[in-house]
Amino acid sequence: MEVYLDNSATTKCLESVRDIMVRTMMEDYGNPSSKHNKGMESERYLTESQEIIAKVMKVNRHEIYFTSGGTESNNWAIVGAAMANRRTGMHLITTSIEHPAVLQPMRYLEELGFRVTYIPVDRYGVLDLEALEKAVSEDTILVSTMYVNNEIGTVEPIEQISGIIKKKNPQILYHVDAIQAFGKYRIFPRKLGIDMLSVSAHKIHGPKGIGFLYANEKVKIKPLILGGGQQKGMRSGTENVPGAAGMGAAVREAYQDFEEKSAYLYHLKQYFIEGIEQIPEVVVNSLPGQDGAPHIVSVSFAGVRSEVLLHALEEKGIYVSSGSACTSHKKLPVSTVLKEIGVKRELLDSTVRFSFSTLTTKEELEYCLNQLRDVIPVLRKYSRH
Amino acid sequence: MFQSFLIKYGEIGIKGKNRYLFEDALVRQIYHALKAVEGEFTVRKEQGRIFVDARSTFDFDETVEALQRVFGIVGICPMKQAEDEGFDALAAVVIHYMKEVHGETEQTFKVNARRARKNYPMTSMELNSDLGEKILEALPNLRVDVHKPDIMLNVEIREKIYIYSKVIPGPGGMPVGTNGKAMLLLSGGIDSPVAGYMIAKRGVKIDAVYFHAPPYTSERAKQKVVDLARIVSRYSGPIHLHVVNFTDIQLYIYEKCPHEELTIIMRRYMMRIAEHFAKDTGSLGLITGESIGQVASQTLQSLAATNEVCTIPVYRPVIGFDKQEIVEIAVKIKTYETSIQPYEDCCTIFVAKHPVTKPNINIIKRSETNLSEKIEELMKTAIETTETILVE
Repeated sequence: MEVYLDNSATTKCLESVRDIMVRTMMEDYGNPSSKHNKGMESERYLTESQEIIAKVMKVNRHEIYFTSGGTESNNWAIVGAAMANRRTGMHLITTSIEHPAVLQPMRYLEELGFRVTYIPVDRYGVLDLEALEKAVSEDTILVSTMYVNNEIGTVEPIEQISGIIKKKNPQILYHVDAIQAFGKYRIFPRKLGIDMLSVSAHKIHGPKGIGFLYANEKVKIKPLILGGGQQKGMRSGTENVPGAAGMGAAVREAYQDFEEKSAYLYHLKQYFIEGIEQIPEVVVNSLPGQDGAPHIVSVSFAGVRSEVLLHALEEKGIYVSSGSACTSHKKLPVSTVLKEIGVKRELLDSTVRFSFSTLTTKEELEYCLNQLRDVIPVLRKYSRH
Repeated sequence: MFQSFLIKYGEIGIKGKNRYLFEDALVRQIYHALKAVEGEFTVRKEQGRIFVDARSTFDFDETVEALQRVFGIVGICPMKQAEDEGFDALAAVVIHYMKEVHGETEQTFKVNARRARKNYPMTSMELNSDLGEKILEALPNLRVDVHKPDIMLNVEIREKIYIYSKVIPGPGGMPVGTNGKAMLLLSGGIDSPVAGYMIAKRGVKIDAVYFHAPPYTSERAKQKVVDLARIVSRYSGPIHLHVVNFTDIQLYIYEKCPHEELTIIMRRYMMRIAEHFAKDTGSLGLITGESIGQVASQTLQSLAATNEVCTIPVYRPVIGFDKQEIVEIAVKIKTYETSIQPYEDCCTIFVAKHPVTKPNINIIKRSETNLSEKIEELMKTAIETTETILVE
């Protein structure tokens, strides 16, 4: 039995995604920039995907740009906007628990002379709004925060953050990394005061290697990828038509029967947390119910090393994550996020993330809980503690 | 806050016994526009007013945007509904409304109460002064000004009580379908979609004709025109777009007539074909985006030469507009971005180096006699092979 509970790392593609991608590879395979019909055919897939995405967010399709994924979208939004607006100011604000795809561009900009303030979070991972308010200065040009934290599922107060920023200075750009949030929440950038938004397809049952950046038509942003002038010169390079088409199909399905899907995920989450809490000496780091994301449950198991638990579960066909898949490249064994929210030092290395999708079944969770009940006491017996 | 909208409509109020026709058309257009919006609505006429009631949760911005595309609507007033539970309850609702909607800034206001139901225990005058008093007590940032108030607070007493004070401007004009049909000559440029919009705004149903010349003009150019028609159709209703293959006619004229007269003669044949489709489909006039002096074919002499072939009226709503004024409308109706995409259209492909700007109509007619051998047949073929697309 394969029980895949690592959907925050990546997800399985939908059949509709696969089918449309194959069509663009084998039938309508033209280059969208070609002047002939095959080019036009191919271009239609791009337009159609833009329209699907624009519709679920209630924005204009000309504000949707295809990128190679969430990391590129984040890099572009941050570096591109900072460089375009640097004559207005040189101060940027973000949080201390952002994904490396946000933190690294910020560090890069610091090297170029920008000043960056990293706002701390509380013990649930929620941004300190007062600290944010104090940090916004006359020199601030861009604020970037995530919507849902990938390690523990904390939901940041996007509307309040935007309110604080815009009240102080409506010209400050607000970028939101929605890579874990898109598809799980309805997001209307215009209503929330969001100027730019990053999304990645492979988190919502689309393919890897494609994402998009929403950039409000009023935003001044410099392109990072230069070349043939595709996408209005804002992101050169022959467009990833299979990826864009697949992403469009994934987005459409994500928001179909949205209320039911959302309710289902919260239901799974509640069931899982109730089961987990019956195991002695565990701490659930994620907020229950609607206070946290519906699909992420981070748990610390005292006395068990997370990587050992990961492999133990793997032996039973269960796939989870220990630390975010991205921080696991680092040599440091601990995650910054968990540290920032104050997880006890001895539990930092004992934390595992379970993340569901609408394809996950209750039976799968029951199976996982049973395996955990069996395996945890065994692993505890042989630990060094 | 808002669950209903009061719709203010303009000229159709003056029409006397045709009034109900216009009102019915307006109600129909409102229903049609709201179909695309999230939410359930009912539209009703009541004592010379039209109301839109939301029957479910709805997206306020989307709804207003949709209503702003309905010709005939002059003003959209978001209304708060309240039950009649006595004066004190009403005062509380009104005060809450003023705070929420108009905030804490210093402004002047006037209460304008109307009783549609005469059995309400207070007169309108009494309501005005008593409500006014209550508001002043509760909201010290406001003052009364009965001559030119910043805020006109309307309170209508009917079965329920309706409160409104903001008027969002509508597009004006008259409801689509109340003033006949016309045929638009649509190119991919900035001007013709604007011209179509302006005539549709007067309640005219529009269809369109597009001349393409493959392979000299591209599929993309044709798609652009379809996209433009679709944008205009959001205001005007569905458009039958007749796509005419003009290549053979164009080449024939190029072959047989002096090059500097090419554009004028081409346009004369386009008008003839457009007039054919107009008559065939019950359109009573043509519409073009011509504006004086913009290009060689739009000097007064050229316009006269082109117009000479028409037997039905040609409406040129932007004839007196500057380019910038036309662009402003194009931006407003959202056709501009699509129009400026650079795909060739018929008129630019064969342009002579020195097109005639003051054509002599007799010379033009004489040149046209060079075409007498095949032109009738070519026109017949072009008309018969026309592709008609319903754009909505």
